[in-house]
Amino acid sequence: MTITSAAPQTNSVANNPGSTGSTATRALGLASLVGLAVLLVLAFVITDPDQRVFDRGADLEPLLTGQGDAVRLLYVHFPVAMVTYIAFSLNAVGSIAVLWKKSTWWDNTAAAAAEVGVLFCGLTLVTGSIWGRPIWNTWWKWGDVRLMTTTILFLIFVGYLAYRRTMTDSRVRAKRSAVVGLIGAINIPIVYKSVDWWQNRTLHQQSTLRDRSIEDLTLFAMIFGMVVFVAIFAWLMIHRFRIGWLEHQTETVGLEAAIEERRAQTSAAIFDAVTDSRPSHETGSD
Amino acid sequence: MHEIWALARKDLLIEARSKVVATQVVPFAMVVLILFGLALDADSRTLRDLAPGLFWVATLFAGVLTIQRSVAVETLSSTFEALRLSGAPGWKLFAGKALAVGVQLLAVEAVLALGIVVLYRSEFEDPVLVVTAAVAATIAIASAGSLYGVLAVGMGVRDTILPMLLLPIMMPVLVAATRAFGDGLGTAALDGWTWTGLLGLLAIIYATVGALAYAVVIEDT
Repeated sequence: MTITSAAPQTNSVANNPGSTGSTATRALGLASLVGLAVLLVLAFVITDPDQRVFDRGADLEPLLTGQGDAVRLLYVHFPVAMVTYIAFSLNAVGSIAVLWKKSTWWDNTAAAAAEVGVLFCGLTLVTGSIWGRPIWNTWWKWGDVRLMTTTILFLIFVGYLAYRRTMTDSRVRAKRSAVVGLIGAINIPIVYKSVDWWQNRTLHQQSTLRDRSIEDLTLFAMIFGMVVFVAIFAWLMIHRFRIGWLEHQTETVGLEAAIEERRAQTSAAIFDAVTDSRPSHETGSD
Repeated sequence: MHEIWALARKDLLIEARSKVVATQVVPFAMVVLILFGLALDADSRTLRDLAPGLFWVATLFAGVLTIQRSVAVETLSSTFEALRLSGAPGWKLFAGKALAVGVQLLAVEAVLALGIVVLYRSEFEDPVLVVTAAVAATIAIASAGSLYGVLAVGMGVRDTILPMLLLPIMMPVLVAATRAFGDGLGTAALDGWTWTGLLGLLAIIYATVGALAYAVVIEDT
């Protein structure tokens, strides 16, 4: 059983192994930064705070039902959560491809997606927690199905990343990680549908995009945030993939070269030691 | 069926002679119960209310050790190759190993049940519900554990990875089993049978995944 190695389209990386950057990734990175800056302006300056009121009749004061300034956090929280789904789904696709075609390329993609996914899942939990403090009046709500299932998803993939590090044989690692990744992937649809399946067991709001219950500018900011974070995700993925690929090269091809290099160093050192006429206590012994 | 039982019987015989679970895992599970009592510094009322959750956390910890033992039995004498050479399909090997783990875990749970009655003053108000929930949860733990136990086989750092792989995917089982026991022990007013149904579903999922994936992962042990 052999792993077919499909060479990735990373010519600039191949020419310059010291860097994982290329013209395309630099442009993408720059675009992401500009996009992030525009998103911040959108979120903090252009959009209004959520100040919907519920009219309780003439006798009572209108009740403030909007989220106020906290709604601004959703322009980050929602896109980051969506990217988490994309990343872990990509990991699942990669895992299937590894088991099916024994592909190193897909194993590398799955690893990169899981790592970036854990980052974004962590950001989802953190931004959700910060948002929850003013809106739910608590940082953390035990028993909330969306929060609990997301936490479990986070921990499963933290375990996945730790598991990958325990193996050195890349063929075994690819196969076994794929099994662990696919079992973890069972959780993705559960997290996604949790707010619909257990409506009475969550404080998390239902999907508001489908029923068009949010205003146009808010919707635009959310979708713009989505585009920005997908760009950041792509940028991180490409770099992480290239690092993984270089690691793979080092593991397979690089070992022989490294031994040769070390031998050359050693013989050069012996040559120096022989030709060096100074007493050894002055040069030190190492 | 014959191969499954032969494999499970082998593991149970090894346990009957080595008594590793009986002399190490069962006492450890009791130590966990006592640790909870000391750490919570609680009156018996609090411990009684918390008993379902503490029971299942203790069971999961004991489960990790039981699974590590189940794998060690094969790796100590390099008999995973022998299992594969037996010609039995992967799912039968999986079922045999998981069955042995499940039986041992049920024994641990029986002692733990006695423990929470004595130490936490629990009462089994609905024994049928408690036993059904325990069996369903044990199938889920033994199935997922037997698969992940083989995934964690290896030298050095891989031995410490099992809890971090297994415990996160056991969290839904922990929640459902705790709720079912809450009803069965009369500490929570909810429908324990619904949660037992969920446990049954989880048991089916983990058993199916384990049976399908075992052949793939056992190749490299």
